[in-house]
Order: sequence, then C-alpha cells, then structure tokens
Amino acid sequence: MSLFDFLRSRPKPSASIAKERLRIIVAQERAERAGPDYLPLLRRELLEVIRKYVNVNPDAVEVHVERDGSQEVLEMSVALPRNEPNR
Amino acid sequence: MTETIVITSGKGGVGKTTTSASFAVGLARQGRKTAVIDFDVGLRNLDLIMGCERRVVFDFVNVIQGDCTLKQALIRDKRHDNLYVLAASQTRDKDALTHEGVERVLDELRDQGFDYVVCDSPAGIEKGAHLAMYFADRAIVVVNPEVSSVRDSDRILGLLASKTRRAERDQPAVGQHLLLTRYDPARVAGGDMLSVDDVNEILGIEILGVIPESQGVLSASNAGVPVILDEQSSAGQAYADAVARLLGEQRPMRFLNAPKKGLLNRMFGGG
Repeated sequence: MSLFDFLRSRPKPSASIAKERLRIIVAQERAERAGPDYLPLLRRELLEVIRKYVNVNPDAVEVHVERDGSQEVLEMSVALPRNEPNR
Repeated sequence: MTETIVITSGKGGVGKTTTSASFAVGLARQGRKTAVIDFDVGLRNLDLIMGCERRVVFDFVNVIQGDCTLKQALIRDKRHDNLYVLAASQTRDKDALTHEGVERVLDELRDQGFDYVVCDSPAGIEKGAHLAMYFADRAIVVVNPEVSSVRDSDRILGLLASKTRRAERDQPAVGQHLLLTRYDPARVAGGDMLSVDDVNEILGIEILGVIPESQGVLSASNAGVPVILDEQSSAGQAYADAVARLLGEQRPMRFLNAPKKGLLNRMFGGG
C-alpha cells in the first residue's frame, strides 16, 4: 500500500464478493445433491410438456422434494407468464 | 491396521501431488510404513515430485494386469527405507485401472503390513478419481482460496459421502479434512483472497492445515525433493505441522499473517 492509496476510494474487497457467491452456490448444490437424482430430468420433461401448451421461461418450472416427518412430498410449481392470451 | 488416505480436490493444479509426496514423506519420517500411489493414469507425475522417475520399471497397471508382482513395482525411497512409491502407468487406456485390480493391490499392501497408503488422485471426477477415493478411510481435500477450487471441493465432499465403499456399506463415513494451499496472507489481509475462516465457514469442514504460497514448492519440485524436507521453507514447515495434526498432535496454525513491512516499504509500496 503506498502513500497515496488512501486518496482512492476502495471498492468492495473481492474476497467478500467471492464468499457471498460461494455461500449461495454451495447451498444450492448441496440441496440438489440431497434430493433424488431423477429431479433434474423430471424437471426438464415437465418443462417440455408445459411448453407444448404455454410459452414459459426455462426457469419457470420448479421441482422440490420436501420432507415432512416420515413423508416426502414432491412439490412442483409452474410460473405462468402474465397476459398470455389463450391459444 | 492399514489406513488408506486419498489426496483429492476435483480441480487440477491445486497441489494434490505436492501434498501426496509431502504427506507420504512426513508419515514415513514419523516411523510409519507408507506407500504412495499415483492414480493419474496417462499423466504420471508423482515419480518426478518424489525424485524417482529414473527408477520406474513397472507401474500400477502392470501390477493390476499381472505383468509383475507388487514387490517388483514398488520403488523404495532413497531417503527413507519405510517409504515406497507406486508409479502411474503412461498408457493412454483410461480403463486400465479396474475396481477389482485396485482392491487387490490395496489388500496386498495391507497384508504386507503397511501403516498408510496415500492415494494421489487425478483431477476431475472420472474413473481414476473415483477409484482413488473409493477405498479411502480418510480424505484430504486440497483447496486453493479461490472460487472454482472451493466449489469443486464441495462437489468432492459430496462424492466422498456417497460414492465410496464406506458409504455403500453404511460404515462410519470417510474422515474429511481440508488442506488449504497457495495461501497468501498479504492478499487475505488486503481483502483480495478468501481467508481460512471464510473457506471453513463455506464448506463446514475442519481445516487440517494451511500451506502458504512459497518459493520452496517450485524449488522442491525442480529438485525432486518433496517440499516437507525443506525445513527452511514455510511450506515445508506447514506440511510437517499438518502431518503431525493428522496423527493426532495439536499444533497451532502458522504462517496465517503476512510478515510486517518496514516503514519505508509501506510508504513506497514495495513488494
């Protein structure tokens, strides 16, 4: 660090950005690993079927497995686009 | 009892082979009969780092395919007579390593009374990496304080918990340790590098050791002398500490703080 460094404004330290990004991606990937391994394929096929009828975004379909006591619940949600006229 | 330790990482170039060589030497120096095996079929390099490249006659695949005995393929270290190296094959056939073959070699090492077998994994998550970790009792995951390395390490931690013999047989889980390498305390202090605590917090795994970025590592590989034998270098000392911790000794972490700079240095931004 040189004598004049304090005159420049320091941007947010890159390490804290790295930490934040890693925290999110690691949590997401761990959650995916914990679920059954057919989920990604199921999600993709669902998306294909839905797209035959409604033009949705690739990330509009979410598939989760929730544990509720001894039961496992397969939860699916599809976000439909707004103002889409009926075909 | 023989303990099998895999040195793994997912990402390449983070220091797996350097770590395998230094841990194998460190364990041997603590009086443990140790073998270190290069699982990187087609890209043999452990022999160079160990300084025995000119003494390789037979390799791991030769043993598995029955071209020679295990005894013929084990290269005894010139500096430590309880340390042996098993070189990787230079074949291009990636399927040369088989599940049964690796198991047979590990069983034979156990029968020969080895205390530790160190498995130097190739990068990636393909067959060689899978076989290197499959039979492990413990794993040392080598990680650099850098986003892609940390993410890949987490992927490897997931595989260790599911795709190993211990996991498949519902035995106690593979012991997991993190070894942080190429650590630069000055950059951490400047906010430009993830700290030990950051990595520990993200991955949630105990840190076995921190190896500082050091000139000694390159000099050691140039000379074919594992860096743990360079007692002058910070990396060598940090490896010795990490091996002692692996064997259950309590040692404080060293080299986590940058050396203090002099006033002139600070004013004019040297180094």
